[in-house]
Order: sequence, then structure tokens, then C-alpha cells
Amino acid sequence: MSLADSKPGPGLDLGLGWLRRGRTRRHILPGLGLSLGITLFVLSLIVFLPTAAMVGDAATLGVGGLIRLLATSRVLGAFKVSLGCAALAALTSAVFGLLIAWVLVRTRFPFRRLADAMVDLPFALPTSVAGIALSTLYAPNGWLGSWLAPYGIRVSFTVIGVYVALTFVGLPFVVRSVQPVLQDLEAEQEEAAHMLGAGRLQIFSRVIFPAILPSLTAGFAMAFARGLGEYGSVIFISSNKPGVSEIVPLLIVNELEQFDFAGAAAIGTLMLVLSLVILCVIMLLQRLVRSSRHG
Amino acid sequence: MAGHVSIHNVSRRFGAFAALNDVSLDIPAGELVALLGPSGSGKTTLLRIIAGLDFPDSGQVLINGEDNVARHPRERGVGFVFQHYALFRHMTVAGNVAFGLQVRPRGQRPSKAEIKARVAALLDLVQLGWLADRYPIELSGGQRQRVALARALAIEPRLLLLDEPFGALDTKVRKELGQWLRDLHHGQAITSLLVTHDQAEALELADRIVLMSQGKVEQIGTPAELYTRPASPFVLEFLGEANRIPCVIGEGGLALLAVSGHALAQSVEPGQAFASPGAVLTLYVRPHDLVLEARSDGPAVVRAIKVAGAFAKIELMLGELALTALTPLHRLPSLHLQEGSRARLIAAQGMSFSAAGAGGSVQFEAPRALVMA
Amino acid sequence: MQMASAKCVGLRRQGGVVNVIMITVALLFMVLFLLLPLITVFAQAFAGGISGYVASIVDPNTLSAIWLTLIVAAVALVVNVVFGLAASWCLARFRFPGRLALLTVLDLPFSVSPVVAGLMLVLLYGRQGWLGPWLEAHNLKIIFALPGMMIATIFVTLPFIARELIPLMEEQGADEEEAAILLGASGWQMFWRITIPKLRWGLLYGVLLSNARAMGEFGAVSVVSGNILGLTDTMSLDVKALYDGYNIVGSFAVASLLASLALVTLIAKTVLERQFLGRSTKEEVSA
Repeated sequence: MSLADSKPGPGLDLGLGWLRRGRTRRHILPGLGLSLGITLFVLSLIVFLPTAAMVGDAATLGVGGLIRLLATSRVLGAFKVSLGCAALAALTSAVFGLLIAWVLVRTRFPFRRLADAMVDLPFALPTSVAGIALSTLYAPNGWLGSWLAPYGIRVSFTVIGVYVALTFVGLPFVVRSVQPVLQDLEAEQEEAAHMLGAGRLQIFSRVIFPAILPSLTAGFAMAFARGLGEYGSVIFISSNKPGVSEIVPLLIVNELEQFDFAGAAAIGTLMLVLSLVILCVIMLLQRLVRSSRHG
Repeated sequence: MAGHVSIHNVSRRFGAFAALNDVSLDIPAGELVALLGPSGSGKTTLLRIIAGLDFPDSGQVLINGEDNVARHPRERGVGFVFQHYALFRHMTVAGNVAFGLQVRPRGQRPSKAEIKARVAALLDLVQLGWLADRYPIELSGGQRQRVALARALAIEPRLLLLDEPFGALDTKVRKELGQWLRDLHHGQAITSLLVTHDQAEALELADRIVLMSQGKVEQIGTPAELYTRPASPFVLEFLGEANRIPCVIGEGGLALLAVSGHALAQSVEPGQAFASPGAVLTLYVRPHDLVLEARSDGPAVVRAIKVAGAFAKIELMLGELALTALTPLHRLPSLHLQEGSRARLIAAQGMSFSAAGAGGSVQFEAPRALVMA
Repeated sequence: MQMASAKCVGLRRQGGVVNVIMITVALLFMVLFLLLPLITVFAQAFAGGISGYVASIVDPNTLSAIWLTLIVAAVALVVNVVFGLAASWCLARFRFPGRLALLTVLDLPFSVSPVVAGLMLVLLYGRQGWLGPWLEAHNLKIIFALPGMMIATIFVTLPFIARELIPLMEEQGADEEEAAILLGASGWQMFWRITIPKLRWGLLYGVLLSNARAMGEFGAVSVVSGNILGLTDTMSLDVKALYDGYNIVGSFAVASLLASLALVTLIAKTVLERQFLGRSTKEEVSA
């Protein structure tokens, strides 16, 4: 369908007159003024103003103060733990998430639908519940912890616990990002590769993997972003030792409890910037996924 | 009372794209008019503007002399049938048809019994009374189309607008529904405007065709006018196939075939402004106007003969030039043609346009047929 | 699609042994990481027998936490539905300057840490915050009180419904709404009689997801709540309070309620998704 026969698309100029009139001349559909008004009002109270308050408070430190604060070993340590664990956990989620997505889409086994529904458990389970459950499970006397203890592996109350908790919360992001793309993948491409003499491994690495790579990366990025900000499930299983297993969100809470508002605001702002960057990466990747799915 | 639509200098841009470029148009009350054109020609945009679904950047749309944009949709008296029907999927067929009556303000709203009776009458009109309690998803495409029509007629519009009404239907249903729509239109005091990209549909159904291209009106006229006296090569070629035969005007107005240098036995009428010696022109000859005579010294060679239904399509080469001729199948044996045989060509009718598009067209009609020998 | 998948069965079904290994590894991972934590919750909750479990639930602190959770979730739900409908209507149906920026901002609550969300609210509405003096002058307490917990909950659940409705609206197109207006419907008639019925399953889906998150939110709420036991504890916070107080059975009893809510949500979500799926394939077939 050509441009002229379709409805007005993105980039349609409305000028500024539509704001003054409250209702734009360009649309027969009503309610732009009201719905946009509600949207902006709620976003202002809940997102815009609070964000401005935090960034503003962080700015009171000045550039020098900001750098001094962020360079302290405790802050650096917390970022190292958070970034490192989130990255490792997201990588683990990516590997096993891909495997789970593959198995769910391409194979048939008993209770497959149940397993499919279970994938969303970390989305649905409150983080504090996940936290105490994982902590108990991996404690030295827990079901899994007691099994690992003889090998000298401690999970609960160490930095490994942080990694386990973040893997738990990150897993569904990868599965749910890859699954639909895997489902859409045309059989013809694989069959063509097969007819051309490619083996299973070659078909996977040269045909399938490149096709799902953007969605896999998007899933990784989402799991990473979620892991970076995760708080509830981590604080129970981690020993929360500054510099060793203290994550950034916990550091913010600690600063807040010591009434160091500017410090908390500064670290919070840095976290916000990080999330925004990751958000942009995710949006770009998803656009890539969408265009390859529909193009 | 049927609506009389006049469109004055309407323009509409989407970003850098001019969907409508200074379009003016007059649609007399009671006519069934087809807006015909290739996709991207602006016909749907024009329809949406007339409906008030979109708004012109400049220009005016008047219905019975009143500016439509300023009025509430309820008072416009416009029935619109969407390309994909836009039936309310959560309502029954009867609910869909009743909607326009039910949403009227209390004072103007008919009673429940009246609404029920009106819906029943409308469903009978579109021959779907037996489907009143079904949901749109349970209907065939043709049935959905008729529900959409009944829904649009429920508000007693002065003007019925149909956006590609048969676009999503298969050929057989499309023909039946088209004929049915034509009868329905003539039974109502209503002006109907339908958008289509299918020239056969427009030629068959419409009282009048508005042919559009690139946001402009190319020609307005009855189907016969457009077919026999097209205003431009675009109109001619959009309304059916045509062979393009390049010619050069020689001395005395004699047209020479550009491919072979052969003179045409009978030629362009002398005195035509653009037919002066040395001028280059293109003759347009429709395949069914190209008559063949088997002659061993003929200039054209038969390359292939394809039977398509009641007609045979004969593909020829005139030097480098590929031509197509169409002949009724029952006449094929009497032509004594087969692949490889040579033939003489007679153009029973043809047209030519001046190079610059100014001037107009020349027509060659039967008595003075062009013979390519 | 059906044809394509039927054709490919031959190729895709090869290598049974590899498949069995992959299924085994995937399921093992899911059991270890998903199923065992879930079982642990219920096992620990009932470690003291049924009576211990019941005693933990009927504890006044627990009951007040349940009540508080329901109130917070209900308020968040109302705001989320109104916001979700408004945001999706203007973002899916209209094009205006700044629309893309708004779409991006809408995703922010999903990607920012709940702790940062709570922090931002403290810095705006807290006693030392920007609005602190004004709120105090008007005797309004938001942070370390119920309103703060509601706002924090709304923050983290804000995008759910809009995120569900925007693609749905875009996919459905505006034809039906335009048809309603052309047939003479007023804006509200169109909204209640066409838009809402069209969106009902998507809306329910969004409500389901946002409600699950609202009832279970921990990080953002814990930052703004001040943790006054029995007064500002939601269930999720109560889990931590009891756990920190070494009342393991009590903690897991409350946790088991939240886990049950999660399971109910998962089941309802699966059912809804299948209903969606059933509807969309049916439309494809008849189109």
C-alpha cells in the first residue's frame, strides 16, 4: 500500500496549533488532549519530577565531589560486584535461556506446556520470596547447599549467591526474547541449507544462530539491566560485605539510611544513566529484531 | 435528498509527499462515481477527506453547498464503507447495523422497536436477515461487505463512500456484489462514490469515472468517454492494453514506422499541429483493433499464439517491435496463421497524442484504417 | 505456517539423541533454578505443620500486611488502568512531536532499579526532598507512609498495561473507532462501546501482570516504607521482617501466599494467552 492511500504516519507535522486548540484539526478521533493530559500528569508526578529531584540533588555535589564519591573503594567495589555479577548472570541466562527456548520450540516432551509456563516464574514471584527461597536452598544446610558444601563451594552469603540470584531473575528475559523469533524462523531456509549439504551444526551456526542473534543480545541486555538493578532477591543470599558482595542498590539503601542524600542521589543518577544506555541498546536491538521478522 | 459534492482546490501533503495536488471536482447528486487510479494516486486520501476522516491542507469540500469539515460527523450524512469493513467484532450483525441509531442523542433516537424494525428492513435489503445474530467473524467476506453496507445505510446518508469495497473478495463474488451494489444505488436517493484500482470494475459499475494519477485528476467522464476518447496516454493505457508504435512524420504528413521506415498506407491527417515533417509520435493501437491478414510478404512475423478463454492472443514481431493482437477464438482458424507465418497489419482504430501533451489526440477510425504493409 | 512446520518435521526431528540430551539439560536447569526454589517456599512454610502455618497467617501483623498489600495494590490498579488506557490511546492513535521520547520514558520504570525508583521518590516527597517543606506545611506525609508506598508501587507497575495495549491497538487499527464516529457516536460512546470491548483481553492481561508485580514489589516499597512493623509492612516487606527476626516458618508462610499468587497469575496468564492465540488464528483462517 502506498503512502497516499495509507493513514497519516510518523513524522506528520502538527505544528503547535494542536496544543492550543486542545484537539487537533488533523484527527477525527477524539481524546488526544485528555489522554495526553492524563499521561503527562501521571508521568510528571511519578517519573519526571522524582528524576529531576534525584539528578538535581546529585548535582549539588559538583563535578569534583561526584568524582571523589564515585572513586571511593566502597562505591567502586559495589559497581564491580554489580556489573560483574550481572554480566556473568546474564551470560548464563543467555546460554541456558537459548537452550530452553530451543527445547520449548523445537522439541516435544511431556509437560512441555507446563515448562513453558514455568519460565515466567521469576517474573511473577516477588523478589523477597525468591530471595529467602534461594538463600535457604543454597545455605550450607539447605537442599543444594549441603550437597555443594563437601566440595568447599559456598553459595549463600557469598558473592556466588549474588550471581545465582541474578541468573534466576534474568532467565525469563532471554527465553521470552528468543522464543518468538525461533518460532517465526522459516523452515525453508533450513531445508535449503540442508539440501545444499550443510550438517546440523552448520545449519545452526550459519543459518539459525545469525537469525536469532539480535533477539538473543536483546534478551542478554534485558537480563543484564534487570540484574544490575535487582535488590530484593540478592540481599538475602548475599553476605552484603562492602567491597566483596555489596551490590549498588544495597549501597544506595545504606547511604540513604545514613542520611547521605547527595551521595545516594549521585550513585542513583549513575545507575539511571546506565539503565538509559542499556534501554536504548535494547530498543535498537528490538527494532532490528522486528524489521528482520517482518521485513 | 442525495448529496451534491463539490471539491475546490484540495491539497494534502504527508511530509514531503503530495498525496493530493490542487484537486477540483464536482459530483452531481444521485450518481455512482468511481475514483479510479493506481495505488499512490491519492484516491483514498480524497475519499477520506470527503468523509471527514482526514483534512485538507488547503481547499474546501462542500456537500450541498455546505462546508463539511465544520460539522459534527452525525450531521454530515455520510455513510462510509471501509476497505476491510471495520465491523465491530464484539457485536452481532444486528448490533452493528443498529449502532448508528443507538448512539443518537436521546431526543433524536428512535424507539427500541423502531430501531429493531429498521435493522430488520436493512438486513432484508442486503439479504442477510438470517444472519442477524451472528458475529462478524462467522461471516464470509461478501457477507461482511454487505453488513458494512447496511450499517452505513442505517443512518440514511446523503452520500455513500466506499473504499475499495470489493478489494478483498474473489473474482466471482466481486462481480455479483458489484452488480448488486449498482442496483442498490439506483434504488436509493443517494450519491455513491467508490474507490477502486480495478479499471474493469470502474468501467462496469460507474456512471462516471474520475481517473487519478499522482495526486491529480487525469480525466473525468463516462466509462465510454474515457475508453474511446482518453485525454492522455496514461488514461489510455490505464483503461486497457495498447500497442505503442513509434512513428516519424515524413513529407506530406506521411507517417513512417520508426522500426522499419515503412510508410503507413494511410496516414496522419495533414494539418495536425504536431504532425509536421520530422515530428516523432507514438501511435496507440489496442490489441483488439489490430487486424491481421496472412500474407507471405507481410512485414510482421507471428511469434506465438495463445488461447485465453474466448479470445486468442497473437504475439508478433514487426522488425524489433513486439506487438499483440487479440482476435475472437472462433475467427482464429479463418486467419490461417501459425507460429512463424508472416502477416500484414491493419489498425482499425488508433490514437496519438502530441509530444508535449498539449494539443490533444488524433484518432484514426475504421474507414481510414492504418495499414502496415 | 502450518504447512511449513509440517514440511520441516522431517529435518527438524533428526538427531533424537541430541534432542534428548538438550531436553534433559534444559529441564535440569529449570528444576534447579525455578522449581526447587518454589518447592522450598512451600516446604519451609509447612515445616511446622499445618497448625504452625495457620498460626503464622492469622498473626495480626500478617493480617495487617495482607490488608495493606490489598489496599496498595487496589490503588495502584486504578491508577494503572486509567494511565494505561490514556497513554496507549494517545501514543497508539496519534502522532505528535515528542511521542517517541514519551514511549521511551514509558519503559524507564522497567529498566531502572526499584531501589533507585524509591530513592527518587524520597528525594522528591521526603522531608528533606524538594516538595518536603510544602508537604509538611500542609500536613501531608508521603514518605514512610502509605501514600509513598502507593506511589512507589505505581512507579514500578506503570508501564505494564500501556505496554500491553499499545501494540494491541496498533494491530487492531483505528477503523472501528473511525466507523463509530462516522456513524455519529460521541467520544465517550466510542470509548465505552467500541474501544473498551475491543481491548478487554489485553486490558485484563495487563491488569494481571501489573497486579502480580504490585502485590509483590519489594525494593521500591522498602525504600519508602520506613518498615514500621504492622503499620507500613506489605506482605513482601513482612517476609523480610519475619526472616530477619528468625521467624523462618512465619516468613515462608507469608511467602507461600505470595508464591500462590504468582502461580495463579501464571495460570491465568497462560489461559489468557491461549485465548488470544485461539482468537487470532481463527481470524486468520476466515480472512
